[in-house]
Amino acid sequence: MQELVASEGQSQAEIAIDIQRLDAWYGPSQALFDVNLSILPLSVSAAIGPSGSGKSTFVRCLNRMHEEVFGARVTGSVVIEGVNIYAPTINPIYVRRHIGMVFQQPNPLPSRSIYENVAIGARINGLAKGRALDELVERRLRQAALWDEVKDRLSGAPTQLSGGQQQRLCIARALALEPHIVLMDEPCSALDPIATLQVEDLIRQLKQHYTIVIVTHNLQQAARVADRTAFFLSGHLVEEEATAEFFSHPKQKETEDFITGRFG
Amino acid sequence: MSVTAQSTKSNPFEAERNGLQLRRSIVNKLSIILTGFFAICASLFLIYLIGYIAAKGLQFINANFFTQRPRAPGETGGGWATALQGSAIFLSEVGRGPFASFVRFLVDTLTGIPTIIFGLFAWVLIVVPSHSFSAVSGGVALGIIMIPTVARATEEVLRLVPNDQREASAALGATHSRTIMQVVVPAARSGIVTGVMLALARVAGETAPLLMTAGGTPFFNTNLFHQIDAIPLRIFNFTLSPYQIERDQAFSGALVLIVFVVITSLAVRWATGGFKRRGR
Repeated sequence: MQELVASEGQSQAEIAIDIQRLDAWYGPSQALFDVNLSILPLSVSAAIGPSGSGKSTFVRCLNRMHEEVFGARVTGSVVIEGVNIYAPTINPIYVRRHIGMVFQQPNPLPSRSIYENVAIGARINGLAKGRALDELVERRLRQAALWDEVKDRLSGAPTQLSGGQQQRLCIARALALEPHIVLMDEPCSALDPIATLQVEDLIRQLKQHYTIVIVTHNLQQAARVADRTAFFLSGHLVEEEATAEFFSHPKQKETEDFITGRFG
Repeated sequence: MSVTAQSTKSNPFEAERNGLQLRRSIVNKLSIILTGFFAICASLFLIYLIGYIAAKGLQFINANFFTQRPRAPGETGGGWATALQGSAIFLSEVGRGPFASFVRFLVDTLTGIPTIIFGLFAWVLIVVPSHSFSAVSGGVALGIIMIPTVARATEEVLRLVPNDQREASAALGATHSRTIMQVVVPAARSGIVTGVMLALARVAGETAPLLMTAGGTPFFNTNLFHQIDAIPLRIFNFTLSPYQIERDQAFSGALVLIVFVVITSLAVRWATGGFKRRGR
């Protein structure tokens, strides 16, 4: 793995996620074609592209959630902290325990309390018990900018919360795993503009401690939150650039067509 | 809406008086009347059935009815206690069905088999070797009858659990079994309970499989390996009786059975309604 990193001309410490020759299939149909990308630590990377471009598949490959779909498979390598998560000895369950994920629809577990929804992340990794767990839950809820809104109803059902609150609860749950990387699959697409701005503020704050990969169909959102932006089209990674450069001087014709609204 | 369509009349919200509109309004009214008519027919029949059974059966419902064994014809009073006891034992005997979908084909086949076949099965399996009708064999027969109902109901509610929740759990690194036991089943619990209760209500009225397993007896019995009474069996026996009083008592039994089924349904409603309130 060291060789692969070195061949990119960057030292390992500068790369949080190193993706090499990544192909992904759903049964017989290929969803990703030879994706190569290095993601820097403590940065926000956005994946954009039209529907069916493979951007969600891409992010789901980074914590091996892609394989949850029946018949799905992946080839290539994704190296995180020096370990190829697609090595045959790696159990995907353990990969997922160290990478936070936030989904398109807020998906708190409805049969559990608000407190339990956050605590479940810490419990799965055996991080804390009793008093320490209470503190961890509070810390993560504060980090997700939700503590003040739920501190008086921690034992209440998460379904009482608004969509934006539920999504921040899901972010708190992902953070409770104490991951270094947080993946977000269109986290704002089910939220109203105010809740979207709150989540975007949150993403900017979380960047200080986490490496974030976000899928979005909203170009403005990518421009607002991302340090680097990657454009996917028909399963191919067309272009990846620093966000300002990406939107002002796209190198590929397809990228320019997409960001100027000529298709997609 | 196109501009040309709007230009033909001043107010687009006012219905046009043409043939198409007329036909639509007639079809609309006709279907409302028809559905209403059939709804009334269905409820009338049910009300008539329950009313008739209640009118015929209520006269024998008293404390003795639930506690005394059936008397010889000619004596007044008499009870169904043996039958109630038998039914209760059957119901507590029944096992929970498996909820694996890979047995769906088998389960569907089971659903289609007449219930008397299950009685025959339990007869061959238990009654013949033990040379005796027994509560256990009746329980086995009813339990098998419950399996497809419970299994299919459970499967349906498990499918209704949103995939989001499975993904949420999987993304946290939960194992598959942990996801099922701690996320999917709790989310579907009320539906599973509903399925079990409905299956209970269904087998409570089964008669045919009990004829050749439980046997039926007018005497009290606490031994599970001897023949035992059940409400449907007693109704069956009493209805065939030449004595008017026993035929009347059959209606009392039917009333008790209906009340049991209604209470079960109400309990299901209450349980699922309660779940919805918590969820909101």
